[in-house]
Amino acid sequence: MADQKKKKLTPVQQEYQVLANKIEPKRTIGVNCLRAFISGGLICVLGQAIEEMFVRWGGFTHKTAASPTVAVLIILSVILTCFGVYDKIAQWAGAGSAVPVTGFANSMASSAIEHRSEGLVLGVGASMFQLAGSVIVYGVVTAFIVGVVHIILDTIS
Amino acid sequence: MLKGHQSWVFENKPSILSTATIVGPFEGQGPLVEDFDIIHGDLTLGQESWEKAEKTLIEEAANLAVEHAGLTKEEIHFFFGGDLMNQIISSSFAARTLSIPYFGLFGACSTSMESLALSAYVVNSGGAEYVLAATGSHNASAEKQFRYPTEYGSQKPPTAQFTVTGAGAAVISRQGAGPVVTSATIGRVMDMGITDPFNMGAAMAPAAVDTIQAHFRDMQIEPGYYDLIVTGDLSKVGYEIANALFKKHNFPIEQTVYKDCGMMIYNYEKQSVQAGASGCGCSAVVTYGHLLNRIRRGELKRILVVATGALLSPLSYQQGETIPSIAHAVSIEAGG
Repeated sequence: MADQKKKKLTPVQQEYQVLANKIEPKRTIGVNCLRAFISGGLICVLGQAIEEMFVRWGGFTHKTAASPTVAVLIILSVILTCFGVYDKIAQWAGAGSAVPVTGFANSMASSAIEHRSEGLVLGVGASMFQLAGSVIVYGVVTAFIVGVVHIILDTIS
Repeated sequence: MLKGHQSWVFENKPSILSTATIVGPFEGQGPLVEDFDIIHGDLTLGQESWEKAEKTLIEEAANLAVEHAGLTKEEIHFFFGGDLMNQIISSSFAARTLSIPYFGLFGACSTSMESLALSAYVVNSGGAEYVLAATGSHNASAEKQFRYPTEYGSQKPPTAQFTVTGAGAAVISRQGAGPVVTSATIGRVMDMGITDPFNMGAAMAPAAVDTIQAHFRDMQIEPGYYDLIVTGDLSKVGYEIANALFKKHNFPIEQTVYKDCGMMIYNYEKQSVQAGASGCGCSAVVTYGHLLNRIRRGELKRILVVATGALLSPLSYQQGETIPSIAHAVSIEAGG
């Protein structure tokens, strides 16, 4: 527990939280990391296989094959989300299925399905980015900062 | 009649004339399947939204309970209902179709016993001949409102609980056959500073223990008076914490059998529910279905049901607020 948070708690609350903490089962971080490594790795292997197929049979180069590969992974993820399978995979895989592009597609598809009942504008349109929105915002902000650093480093050297 | 500081004794013995329990497909796969009146095979109940499905659950349970009592809706004087949705829409919309004079309650998952206690009080004091108490929850509508979209792939921690899809209703009457509501203890709001909405068992356990101790203090009886004490939806984590608190307070819980509804409705080995069940429907369907059936069969004589509720909102925990909790206890005894 963070010290600052602890200060706000009364002694009785602190005592209770120590007791509760002892009883609560903890997230199995080691196992979760291993599962994320395996499942995330498998998704990447699948992506690589799809890319190789585009290169071998689709007449793409390794550079141009990237976009259709991502598109295929997104479609697969959306299909699995629609059939209610992706969240079951995620309970096992954790970050392994959340971090790759399939996780991003799942977050948008699941929000869109969930809020379809509120209509196309206020439901699907407005809520689709409920979870993905912060990824986009902070992704763009981070990219901007990296870009600025890159320009500065370029001008110095 | 008030007894002690926060308890009512119902000397006119209002009886639970009839009950009804409606659940979803997942609950139908659990060990209590025999105790439910209707098990829906479709999680949507044929409705276009999760919210409408939840409303339908409550509506069906209410209608069926009235039917089981051999009454018509016009003969019911009041309806006490509540649920987990914002502005308790499921109960209020069900009350719209039921067209019974209505009190909307919000006690989160403690609503089952809050509504039963108030119904018994009104009947006991001559305020009504027949009162309907109903509550329910839906797994998907609760996930949507409190957590993430249902199909979103997030990994739940082992302390998380699975919201029950189900609704329970009871008709309480001034006279008639059936188990009798003998007393109730109204809980106070407790907050032990837990902030994690995936750890509601730990947030609610102190409220349950507080209300249980208050009940025995007010009623001046010992836990051994009851054949069974059940808490609403503490599940594995909260149940263990509650046991630890009883021990710490030197409360003789071992005189009786202590269980938790959240640990009874699902099969832990076959169903992935982490710590166990939660939701308004949890204590409602377990009590009105399973436990009352056991009383009717004569297996239990006196039980104390302590429904627990976490009074958080999606907004409050995002703003870093702690989770206040409450518990209400109702004592039910075999009639006659």
